[in-house]
Amino acid sequence: MEAFILLALLSFLVLTAIAITRLTDLFAVVMLSGIYSLISALLFVVMDAVDVAFTEASVGAGISTLLMVSSLRLAGRYERPSRHNPILGFFVVLVAGSLLIYATLDMPSFGSINAPIHQYVAPHYIDDSMKEIGLPNIVTSVLASYRGYDTMGEVAVIFTAGIGVLALLSISRRRSVEREKTEHGRMHEQMILRIVSKALIPFILLFALYVQFHGDYGPGGGFQAGVIFAAAIILYAMLFGFPAAERVVNFSLVRLLSAIGVLIYGSVGVVSLISGENFLDYTALAADPVSGQHLGIMLIELGVGITVASVMMIVFFTFNARALQRKEKYL
Amino acid sequence: MNVLGLYNYWVVIALMMTGFYIVIAHGNLIKKLVGLTIFQTSVFILYISMSTVTGGSAPILKEGITLYSNPLPHVLILTAIVVGIATTALGLALVVRINEAYGSIEEDVIQQKDDEV
Repeated sequence: MEAFILLALLSFLVLTAIAITRLTDLFAVVMLSGIYSLISALLFVVMDAVDVAFTEASVGAGISTLLMVSSLRLAGRYERPSRHNPILGFFVVLVAGSLLIYATLDMPSFGSINAPIHQYVAPHYIDDSMKEIGLPNIVTSVLASYRGYDTMGEVAVIFTAGIGVLALLSISRRRSVEREKTEHGRMHEQMILRIVSKALIPFILLFALYVQFHGDYGPGGGFQAGVIFAAAIILYAMLFGFPAAERVVNFSLVRLLSAIGVLIYGSVGVVSLISGENFLDYTALAADPVSGQHLGIMLIELGVGITVASVMMIVFFTFNARALQRKEKYL
Repeated sequence: MNVLGLYNYWVVIALMMTGFYIVIAHGNLIKKLVGLTIFQTSVFILYISMSTVTGGSAPILKEGITLYSNPLPHVLILTAIVVGIATTALGLALVVRINEAYGSIEEDVIQQKDDEV
């Protein structure tokens, strides 16, 4: 049964991808890419990767689609049909694809327990993480403790991307202040959307906090929680307009917070370094090594959550401030 | 040859090549980014396929379960997804700026304007 579901989902993915190549209406393309992400999230659930599925559903299907739509608003909706001959591209793809298929022929078959990937490192994580870290969710243990150094790099990349978007698209502060204060979002006329969302927003925020602090025991953690938290604020901004959202979340504070998240992460590393252990080795943080690990993981997950949430908000708000500025220029 | 055991990998390759085709054969910059996203997701599926163990369970420790799927690829892909959206956002910001500078996001129009200068 599981194999059948897997085959069906994989076939859906291929169909969606082919539909994306053929369409020229970019709005439809973006919606299909959201569906593509959602199907792959389902696939991850079937393949037992619940944390990954959670992230893909909130990031790939949610925030990514939203950003693509925001940039369509700025860059136009329709693709011009290409005047190039597609044969050459098709040929290149066909050759590369056949070579890759040839390369898969000696790969271990899907689901095999004897595959080389399961022989090294992973048994250690599965057998000893409960003793060493004391958390049920192995993914969190690996993410935040065994490979904490790696995750710190990723958080720094996200922070840098946020700065990059600000550098490319931010507009001067004065103009945005002069904007009329009462402007609502375009979705404000939709009464059902407005009422339902208003009732849902507190629960979305609460759920984000649950995901943040329950990530040690079940699927979740700072990355997913950050995105969900940002999604609630973005929903509010879309319904009630940006001036209203700016009154709720102070934008310069959000910019500061995106750096503070990385700072918390780095500081935990430095504190463990000063306490005489390796960088990001949390055993030094408390008298008992396991509770030290708990404290360290909670702190760095908090740092991750803060940075991810602020960068997602920064990106979305910057894109929309740009769109509003453009509208003013042309009207 | 075990067709069912390799089917996952072949679908991954098909998706990867579809994404690659969009990137090289289409001129619209946003479409190219969508193509890159498809390519990226196919790599995610490749990693997660390799981490799966038949009859295994999600890597959350629980009494009575002995077989878990490999948690390491999950960690790598989880962070890759979030980094992926951050870099896509940066790419989209560049597209928006290109559109403001050239008035178009079609590759040949941009090339034409560059040639005129």
